[in-house]
Amino acid sequence: MPTLNLAGALRLLLLVAVFFAGVWSQSSGVIDEFIFYIPDIRYLAAQHLWLTAVSGSLAILVAIPLGILLSRPSMARIAESMMQVLNVGTTIPTLAVLALSMSFLGIGVVPAVFGLFVATLLPIARNTYAGLKGVSPALREAASGIGMSPVQRLLKVELPNALYVIFAGIRTALTINVGTVPLAFLIGAGGLGELIFTGIDLYDPVMMLAGAIPTAVLAIGVDILIASIAFIVVPRGVNPSRA
Amino acid sequence: MIRLDNLTKVFDTPKGAVTAADHISMEVPAGEICILLGPSGCGKTTTLKMINRIVRPTSGKVFIDGEDTSALDTQELRRNLGYVIQQIGLFPNMTIEENITAVPRLLGWDKDRYKRRARELMDMIALDADAFLKRYPSELSGGQQQRIGVARALAADPPVMLMDEPFGAIDPINRAVIQDEFLKMQQELKKTIMFVSHDIDEAIKMGNRIAIFREGKLVQYSPPDDLLAAPRNAFVESFLGEDRALKRLNLVKVRELASDEIGVVRPEDTLATALERIEGFGYQNAILMINDKRQPVGIIHRSVARTTSGYCRDHFQSVPTVVSLDDDLRKVASLMFAYDMTWMPCVDDEGRVCGQITQRAITHHLGSRYRATQSSGPGDDTGTPTPSAAEE
Repeated sequence: MPTLNLAGALRLLLLVAVFFAGVWSQSSGVIDEFIFYIPDIRYLAAQHLWLTAVSGSLAILVAIPLGILLSRPSMARIAESMMQVLNVGTTIPTLAVLALSMSFLGIGVVPAVFGLFVATLLPIARNTYAGLKGVSPALREAASGIGMSPVQRLLKVELPNALYVIFAGIRTALTINVGTVPLAFLIGAGGLGELIFTGIDLYDPVMMLAGAIPTAVLAIGVDILIASIAFIVVPRGVNPSRA
Repeated sequence: MIRLDNLTKVFDTPKGAVTAADHISMEVPAGEICILLGPSGCGKTTTLKMINRIVRPTSGKVFIDGEDTSALDTQELRRNLGYVIQQIGLFPNMTIEENITAVPRLLGWDKDRYKRRARELMDMIALDADAFLKRYPSELSGGQQQRIGVARALAADPPVMLMDEPFGAIDPINRAVIQDEFLKMQQELKKTIMFVSHDIDEAIKMGNRIAIFREGKLVQYSPPDDLLAAPRNAFVESFLGEDRALKRLNLVKVRELASDEIGVVRPEDTLATALERIEGFGYQNAILMINDKRQPVGIIHRSVARTTSGYCRDHFQSVPTVVSLDDDLRKVASLMFAYDMTWMPCVDDEGRVCGQITQRAITHHLGSRYRATQSSGPGDDTGTPTPSAAEE
């Protein structure tokens, strides 16, 4: 198969490139320099993840109930305008949100968590709302028709069917969250931003990379983690990745 | 038994109030299938959905087995009414087993009992329990899904079923199969069923009674044969179609019209005898020849009998076709056209000739009902349905 051969050749080429990149970085001493930062990376990464965990869980805890509430028929009238408010909320750059929250809450972890919380809230709320609204009316009618109460209908039919979309929202939101945490350094909350921004200020590319690469790895890691949770939690019948 | 008493629904729309169902009163006796039939927007679905309060009635009452349902809690009411919808509405997040046992689980049955019930239901709808129970709805074909939808509605053995165009989304071949299966099940289960349809043929096939709706009003409520024989007004007539007499053919079995008199010859008779009997019985072209067990073995053509001499056993041709006593007239008429025959021999379950059915008998049967209803008095077009069979 020619396509397989092409893919094989590309893979080989990639290996060779990685190998030479390794040789170069070893010979130029970048690796040694990088290793020098490992204790810092370890400490800051933990701080970074802690910020993500706190702001992310808060956002999930608020956004999902908010999305559920807005999707209820009784809220139909104000739901769309509420979603617009939230949409406008996201258009404000995270840096501006952090600056604003700093001016109210001062410097440190609290304003940073608040800023990250606001940035994470919307994708989750929006997906929860859209996911629940996307459950087909026939399913809702069938659920009511066989005698489920509104709460049973929500828990047994609507949420399970919206879960895949809700998880997609959580995944996007937390990945953005991890990528935004470095900005929190600017208002004194620490995290890997410390290495990135200091590296930029000192014109020290290795230091900057010592912050940037772990940030990227963390983002990918969080993404994979949420995807795996979704894989397990979302019922097989409504889980496209398990179809 | 379901009784609707002046059931009315008025929808408030931006264009003003719309009466979707206007003082509907009717009664479905226990164990019967009542088809609500009419063009779209005629109020049939609204009427059905008022029974389980998916649509809340503006006024009027629903009685089930004599009990006024307005006193019942909505969820409790619905758990006692089987509900099947056109879009099937199986829960994609649940396995087939979880889907069919949804109502029993809501009712708090213990696990052994509802698991056993799931297997019973799978047997009933003729799907293999081991193969299907652990699968998800998306892994099933449309026909299989709708069977599961029916099983889910039957799960807690409700006395009453509401079905909203249940077979509407299935291809015609599968639909006929599922309809037959469903009728067979109904013969044992004897549920009282309200069934919405827009398909006149389905209504005639499935219904013990048919209620025709138009613009929110119940126009006519009769058994299918009465409906076809005596449409109440021009609307019903046009809705039933120009060929409504032909549709009645579906409803009548050969048994009802067959006469046990049939002219036959035996192999040892002469052709002269055959000709004599052909003339005597007024057959135009042929006569049936039977053996000692009264089984049809051949036919003697009139032309042969007239021009040839000899014995029947040497000059017969194969029997083109016979009909059984349980066939419907539609099949008979079709065979008559196909073989250019004005009569058909009828055979019983053992294959013995037991009579004949003639084209004349069929046309006479269809015609007599029309004449009877036409002479019984002019139909009024004003709307209130006649209590032709159902209303008390």
